[in-house]
Amino acid sequence: MAIKTEPFILNMGPQHPSTHGVFRMKVTLDGEVVVDVEPVIGYLHRGIEKLAEGRTYTQNIPFTDRLDYLASMTNNFAYVLAVEKLAGIKVPERVEYLRIIVAEMMRISSHLMAVGFFLNDLGAMMTPMLYMFREREKLLDLFDMVCGQRLTYNYMRIGGVSQDIPDDFLPALKRFVAEMPGFIDEYDQLLAENEILLVRTKGVGVLPKDLAINIAASGPVLRASGVDWDIRRDDTYSIYDRFDFDIPIGNVGDCYDRYWVRMQEMSQSIRILEQAIAQLPEGKVCADVPQLLRPPIGEVYGHIEAPKGELGFYLVSDNSISPYRFHIRPPTLINLTALKDMVIGWKVADLIITFGSMDVCLGEIDR
Amino acid sequence: MRFERYGVGIAKGMALTLRNFFRPPITLQYPEDKLVISRRLRGNELVWYPDRCTGCATCAKSCPQGNIEIITHVGDSNNYVVDKFEVDTGRCMFCGLCVESCPYEALFMGLGYERAQYRRGQLVLSKEELQPSDIRQPSGYARPKVEQTLPRQSLLINWDKEKEEGGQKLSPLPMRKRRKGNGL
Repeated sequence: MAIKTEPFILNMGPQHPSTHGVFRMKVTLDGEVVVDVEPVIGYLHRGIEKLAEGRTYTQNIPFTDRLDYLASMTNNFAYVLAVEKLAGIKVPERVEYLRIIVAEMMRISSHLMAVGFFLNDLGAMMTPMLYMFREREKLLDLFDMVCGQRLTYNYMRIGGVSQDIPDDFLPALKRFVAEMPGFIDEYDQLLAENEILLVRTKGVGVLPKDLAINIAASGPVLRASGVDWDIRRDDTYSIYDRFDFDIPIGNVGDCYDRYWVRMQEMSQSIRILEQAIAQLPEGKVCADVPQLLRPPIGEVYGHIEAPKGELGFYLVSDNSISPYRFHIRPPTLINLTALKDMVIGWKVADLIITFGSMDVCLGEIDR
Repeated sequence: MRFERYGVGIAKGMALTLRNFFRPPITLQYPEDKLVISRRLRGNELVWYPDRCTGCATCAKSCPQGNIEIITHVGDSNNYVVDKFEVDTGRCMFCGLCVESCPYEALFMGLGYERAQYRRGQLVLSKEELQPSDIRQPSGYARPKVEQTLPRQSLLINWDKEKEEGGQKLSPLPMRKRRKGNGL
């Protein structure tokens, strides 16, 4: 006797621990198999783009901290680069190095968080995450030392940084750079051969190469699918062309590749940090910029390789003290458009880890 | 997916867990034991020196939230006298732009971070509450001279050094202390 069944709609989120914030998915299920996913976003909408139109260029910097709150420093970086491009400001040499040092520290910190929460979603409750939090805490200590806060840094200014690094910053950072490869080995010992991790992630949630290109994915999600594209190298900004680093590329584009790419990128960030510390010159930490900046009429798009992908700021200036249009291109919103194609046909548990491996941050999706 | 031998990876991971099981903890028992905070901490308050303030309102203009309220009148020697200087810390996001813009070093970020209140109105700091006192000390944010006088921040990366050297050497947990005392 055949049992009559029908699809079932499950509301996942917004207050679900695995949705990394307030993301809601309307999942249509056939038994435990996902038939359809409809994302509902906007629970964290604060209207930052509109707020920014009423504030001066400098006053907008603290608002960019609130986009991707796990990587505030790179948000600052992308915004000030866009404004400097708009106003044609040349920044001192020391500033370029300081910015790259903090941006690469931020990338390590964000990837640690991403991998930790991905494993948390896998069911490795807290253990691997707390190992990674230990190293993240060391970085947050250093950020706290430089700019006074642990999460919303507000460190970069148009034409420079807010203040120079204190004298006990570099010895501590050198010690971190020396010790971090050992900790990455520790994570590998914990995870790389773990049978449960491999079985759960290999071949799950595949994002094919052509689809990744078609949806304009970026960051580790794109590179895990086998596309060799990194803005740091392919559309160089700041002084990334002076450093020697590799770009890890995945083969398949499954959850394991996204995890693997992030682990490799941390090692590469450490290589960049080593070179940047060795070359760090003396000098001024801020160019001469008027307090009320009035950029010439025009528009500009500045983008950087943030930890989660391509973060872009599109600014239009009408020669007043505030931007006429302030548009943000968040990496994770665009990456997330592939979610439906990646999870259909998989089970609910695979939906959770596929979503976790995208490393989303709702602060910049809803913004 | 098939493996040649099952359980090897998990055993390796467990070995790491076992090694970490015998190392000292890296966390503190917070309310009893506190870390030395950053010299540049942007704490949850502002500190204002009335004798240095000229009432120019540069801080109010630089605030992204429009959060600082200043009312002045012209005094006897043709200067501004500040009648009202009020900051609503409930709306403040502690970005520090007001402190950086102050040309007379009259405004500082505070070092306090335990500033929870029961009423929203208590978060509005008036002229008297903003002045420095024993519990309201200025921080070194954008003020290099003050920064040098503050104690060195304790860092987790320097976990094996003493607090004075910029580490956070940890005392054992209270439970272990008690066991030692009993001769166990």
